[in-house]
Amino acid sequence: MSVADTTPEPTLVVQHVSKSFGSVTAVQDASLSAGAGEVTAIIGDNGAGKSTLIKCVSGVHRSDAGEVCLDGHPVGFASPEEGRARGIETVYQDLALVDDLAVWQNLFLNRERTRGAGPIRFLDRQGMQREAESMLQRLDVDVPSVRERVRRLSGGQRQAVAICRAAGWGSRLVIMDEPTAALGVRETARVEELIRRLRDDGLAVLVISHNFDQVLRLSDRVWIMRQGRVVDGFRTAETSAEELVAAVTGAQRAANQPRGRSQQP
Amino acid sequence: MAAPTRDREPRQADAAPSRAPAWTARARRTVRDPAFWADWTVVVALIVLVVVFASLSDVFLTAGNVESILVASSILVVLAIGQTAVVATAGIDLSLGSILTVSSVVLGWAHAGGMGIAVACLLCVATGLLAGTINGLVVARGKITDFIVTLGMLSVAYGAALVISDGRPVRVQDQFLLTLTTGSLGPLRYNVALAALVAVLGHVVLFHTRFGTHLLATGGAPEAARAAGVDVARVKIAVYAISGLMGAIGGILLTARVGAAEPTTATTLLLNSVAAVVLGGVSLFGGRGSILGPVAGALLLTALINGLTLLAVSQFWQPIAVGLVVIVSALMMRFRR
Repeated sequence: MSVADTTPEPTLVVQHVSKSFGSVTAVQDASLSAGAGEVTAIIGDNGAGKSTLIKCVSGVHRSDAGEVCLDGHPVGFASPEEGRARGIETVYQDLALVDDLAVWQNLFLNRERTRGAGPIRFLDRQGMQREAESMLQRLDVDVPSVRERVRRLSGGQRQAVAICRAAGWGSRLVIMDEPTAALGVRETARVEELIRRLRDDGLAVLVISHNFDQVLRLSDRVWIMRQGRVVDGFRTAETSAEELVAAVTGAQRAANQPRGRSQQP
Repeated sequence: MAAPTRDREPRQADAAPSRAPAWTARARRTVRDPAFWADWTVVVALIVLVVVFASLSDVFLTAGNVESILVASSILVVLAIGQTAVVATAGIDLSLGSILTVSSVVLGWAHAGGMGIAVACLLCVATGLLAGTINGLVVARGKITDFIVTLGMLSVAYGAALVISDGRPVRVQDQFLLTLTTGSLGPLRYNVALAALVAVLGHVVLFHTRFGTHLLATGGAPEAARAAGVDVARVKIAVYAISGLMGAIGGILLTARVGAAEPTTATTLLLNSVAAVVLGGVSLFGGRGSILGPVAGALLLTALINGLTLLAVSQFWQPIAVGLVVIVSALMMRFRR
């Protein structure tokens, strides 16, 4: 590995993980790590195996070989619930929130607080609403009201609520798959701010991104995936867009064109 | 709490030295908002209907007639609540009417066989629960479309009712059932009180329990619910079981009212249960609904038929009126956000 670990023990260490679907090898012998208080990015082309790899970490997939260690302990999650119980939260691209439920209901979905005796238990609606407000306030997330239906929020607000939910439950590691893919410039900036706050809170944040500028802005280190393998890793401060593009495409020399469409003036 | 929840204009919230002007401003804005009317369609329609019929008929608002509307609507209210649970998960239970029939026939058969009324009612409830649970298992575990599954159950349950009863109605003479249909608890007849109790329980379950939240999440965004760890299949099985249970309670109420268990299809009750749910603003795509809405919808349909009868409108016109009301309300609900 080309990155020397500066933190004593990274929150997440993935070693030699492989995953195949039938005859298709999606991830092959992939190793990477993500430290607490850092934003770690994974970049790579479509089909490079990024999503499969993070699903092996969160427990959606079970890896065929290799080891995932959280805080130094090997874990093998059979389901996302197990991963969540150990402090791994994932923010999914589109299927994160229930549109017709209120913000507070989404924040507490399947973690509802109840009051009552024995099997007869009722929701502590007031308590959850108050708690939801303070969760959002702590991360400086701006929504009209926690009682608002999620459907009425903007894309950025929705993503912020989803991230807030992922971060709000004593999580150690928050995984985000393209967190700003559907957002405008201003909203992207706000979500990036939020991600930085999670980092400053000491969480390990693992972000999949297609956006090289964003990776350079946001991440502390970056891993490159190509054809199912983790082929390279950099400290973000020590790399450049050219170097990343070259690593992603597998070009021998650094490309002299920044990624993106070149347009006629 | 700072600004009012739905206040989109911060000016209003800031410039509110006294409460009254802000309140009236908000009320005015609310009344102009088509979304408000869409949310409260059924209540507005019910009030309009009552006013119209009251002005056309002196009898309509008398205590006796109001009571008879409530009594007549009690079965539909119970069925509509069962249907609501299913529709809120984006499903539909077409077998609800047949489950009512077969449960009722089981009640009659058990009673005729000399079992006590308590045992007969328990068997009736068990029948409804069983049929509903089978619906739920096939929908959730077998992953077959609700429409097909419950259409099949409609036929199976109706056939079972014919087999058990040999196609003949069974007279059920019993003091308990007689009291249920004629006795009163204070001003409320027992059957109306039972329907009201079911409605209150339904509301509490939907909005004040984890199950209710998971039900709405399952209907609104099954993928998100699953990702949050909600057991979506279990919720689906539960709602069909609840629907079956409501069918059985409806069966007890109908048997009590008629004094007999009849193996006839309750098609009108099924269709009206769906109509009441749609009127009540429950989204057929799931995830959104209330109990108050469908209850008001059931009352509206019953009051409509009652009023038309009082005005001596031919019975043949009643289905047309019911259909028009459902379609017009569905149009109003398009404005909902």
